[in-house]
Amino acid sequence: MAVDLGLATLSDNLFGAALLAYAPAALGFAVEAAFGPRTATASVEAAVEAQSRQLVGAGGPPLAAGPVEPRPTARSTWDRVARVSVGLTILGFLLHAGSILSRGLAAGRIPWGNMTEFISATCLAVVGAYLWLLWREKARFLGAFVLAPVLLSMGLAGTVLYTSVGPVQAVLSTYWLPIHVTAAVVATGIFVLGSTAAMLHLMSLHYEVLVAQGKRVGFSGLARKLPPAETLDRLAQRAIGLGFPIWTFAVIAGAIWAESAWGRYWGWDPKETWAFITWVAYAAYLHARSTAGWRGKAASWIAVAALVCLIFNFFGVNLVITGKHSYAGV
Amino acid sequence: MTELDEGTSIDLGSAPQAPERPPRLTAWGYVRYSWRQLTSMRTALVLLFLVALAAVPGSLLPQHNTNPIRVRDYFIAHPRLAPIFDRRSVSLFDVYSSWWFSATYLLLFISLAGCVIPRAAKHYTAMRARPPAAPRRLERLPESAVLETSLAVDEAAQALRDAVRRTRFRVDLVPELDGAVTVRAEKGFLRETGNLVFHLALLVLLLGVAVGGLFGYKGTVLVVEGDSFVNAAGNYDDFMPGHRFRDSALAPFTLTLEHFAAQYYDSGDKAGTAKRFDATLRWSPRPGAPTRSYDLQVNHPLVMGQTKVYLLGDGYAPEFTVRDDTGKVAFQGPVPFLPQDSQLSSTGVVKVPGAQPQQLGLDALFTPTTRLLQGGVAVSTFPAALAPAVSVVAYRGNLGLESGVPQSVYRLDTSRMTKADRFVLAPGQTHQIGAGKASVTFDGYRMWTNLQVTYDPGKDLALAAAAAMVLGLLLSLRVRRRRVWVRARPAGAGRTVVEMGGLARTDESGFRHEFADLVSRARSVLPAVPTGAAAPTDREE
Ligand code: HEM
Repeated sequence: MAVDLGLATLSDNLFGAALLAYAPAALGFAVEAAFGPRTATASVEAAVEAQSRQLVGAGGPPLAAGPVEPRPTARSTWDRVARVSVGLTILGFLLHAGSILSRGLAAGRIPWGNMTEFISATCLAVVGAYLWLLWREKARFLGAFVLAPVLLSMGLAGTVLYTSVGPVQAVLSTYWLPIHVTAAVVATGIFVLGSTAAMLHLMSLHYEVLVAQGKRVGFSGLARKLPPAETLDRLAQRAIGLGFPIWTFAVIAGAIWAESAWGRYWGWDPKETWAFITWVAYAAYLHARSTAGWRGKAASWIAVAALVCLIFNFFGVNLVITGKHSYAGV
Repeated sequence: MTELDEGTSIDLGSAPQAPERPPRLTAWGYVRYSWRQLTSMRTALVLLFLVALAAVPGSLLPQHNTNPIRVRDYFIAHPRLAPIFDRRSVSLFDVYSSWWFSATYLLLFISLAGCVIPRAAKHYTAMRARPPAAPRRLERLPESAVLETSLAVDEAAQALRDAVRRTRFRVDLVPELDGAVTVRAEKGFLRETGNLVFHLALLVLLLGVAVGGLFGYKGTVLVVEGDSFVNAAGNYDDFMPGHRFRDSALAPFTLTLEHFAAQYYDSGDKAGTAKRFDATLRWSPRPGAPTRSYDLQVNHPLVMGQTKVYLLGDGYAPEFTVRDDTGKVAFQGPVPFLPQDSQLSSTGVVKVPGAQPQQLGLDALFTPTTRLLQGGVAVSTFPAALAPAVSVVAYRGNLGLESGVPQSVYRLDTSRMTKADRFVLAPGQTHQIGAGKASVTFDGYRMWTNLQVTYDPGKDLALAAAAAMVLGLLLSLRVRRRRVWVRARPAGAGRTVVEMGGLARTDESGFRHEFADLVSRARSVLPAVPTGAAAPTDREE
């Protein structure tokens, strides 16, 4: 099938436009997080802070905050900044989706067949998962933390790792490719979000402990604007609990594909190995969540370690190690 | 396991327990203690870590079974370290079949079995148990509400039971001593069922993998167009049986490679990469059975029950006729050459031990789309055979075949030979070697394919287990456990007070909404107390 160059150019332009929307959105979220006044969640959190101080004064234990339902607040300038950022994120998401769609139409196939496309699609999944959480859980505070790595990855995908639109090799053209890779992309997006929440949970926890002990907050003051640790913890579990079956399915679909292409469903190829390691790491997180003594801090550290495995599988294995999967082309 | 018996929301005993001391006296006690430790959740967690960790080195170091050439390179690059890594006790080039990797995952699976099988038995009893009795004071539960109705107690209770049952609770209606009637309700058993299905399926998956590894086999064979293959262990170029493999597992099929065609992209970024491969096979499942045709492609193996034939690779086999100095044909036929680059420049050798008076050897390069550079060096510029040619270096002398040392069919030992000539041939051309009668004719070429045959009797089991795993996971992670109690109590003057209370045993997020929904359902089935009577009191926390 011939490549439609007009659509290919459109795809590249939309990709750039999406970046141009994400960048100020990320900036807006970051500035609002750093300098803005406390919003709904933060004001509850301020109460926690004040209460913890009293408890410390009274020799009580540090307070564990209950789940918080953010309430609508009066619109301040900062709130407007955040709202514009959300708007830009949605705009960027649509442009980004358009870029992927036109790439698929240009090449006449599912648009995730090489590293550039895989990164782009995964970033779309991350932003999509963020918008989902924004809608379901009012998790706007995640904005800067989610968009920053998205911008970085998309920047890399559009430059160093760029591959122009083209067809895929014979071995890649089967319907298991879209099934396997789509599941992997979606699960990756959800996992990134879940582990980010776990990371913020650790920050928030650290911050709460420092505040409760009346110590200087310093760098972890970044967590001041975050919701209480428990909310973040719950968010992380929800996301990872959603991502895990999808990842499991992705690995199985990959095995089915490998069986039809290479004559074995599992061969400990580096990509397979790291998909397995990532899977075990997230399973360990889910177990830690229900093991006494591991809930909370230890579990969240496992989620962070699992994210490291996920990222290594994504970049490291394709670029550093040679295996069967490397012929997907960088 | 014991730590998990209660749901998270009312988890009381979650403080880490001090490890139990082994009972001193009996060996049996010691065994039981070890078993309990092994099957505890904490051990499972540690073993999960260990399995993940143990899988890492195999992805960083080259492995014998996936990349033997890079293992050899590693030996050359690290002559001191490599032999240590290669020891049986270390097995770093065979990580996934090493004793330490196997030991880790076997421990994990023993732990899993020891934990999940008793749990399954317990769950079976729990599944058939009725919902538990109501706490005395429902308003103390995480969610609660109080309503009033003009219905009599029994009618109210029945209406409430039906309303609660409609939201997929398992319900019981229990009259109490003081004239009240309580609806006990519980739901979410499928969560634990899903969890058990997932973990049991994991065990079955491992069983499937083990069955395939023990009783199956895998072999590869190179077949040139026009040639046939009969399925027998000795006919493979490379044959890897499982430990428990029996010859009877070899399906008695035969196949002939009638034709092979490769198509390549001829323009754009990917020019020269393969678009599709088609190997036309004629095959028969057993001797005497009628033959059938099959178009073998990448991703489309030929399936014969548990035995499958895959297309793994392909290449060119140029055909030569070699005459010796007496003028006799000393060699004729296709010779498989090995591809060297993406344009399929391929190298190979022709050994002619029967040539008289001296043996002949050809060291040749086949270029499918040939461009001659200055100095007569041929290169290939495209993988399809648009302008094929062979560049040959001819040797006379002793091929060294009698030395007893096995030789590679792809390499010529020229230590006892002398270079006689070099030349380039297009199809159909003949070249005289030196001054004698000896000559080489390049008759044309055929294609060859590398076929892989696998027999894996555990594959279907593994696939079914994998599907069960996904299903089990979905249940285990999506279904939520809830308990709800509703008590209808006579309050005099034709009124009935209805107290409702509930708790979430897993994932409390969203329970508030579910409970509110239940309360409004209850309200809709209970006629309100007529106005003028005492004002209804709604207490919701
Ligand atoms: C490869 C090995 C394993 C994997 C991939 C795995 C995966 C999982 C997953 C995904 C869950 C769901 C967690 C949740 O409900 O939030 C789970 C729960 C559970 N696993 Fe495993 N598991 C493995 C091995 C084991 C072993 C060895 C044990 C026993 C010692 C075990 C015991 C449990 C228990 C008891 C639960 C239920 C936790 C709860 O009630 O929340 N698992 N496992």
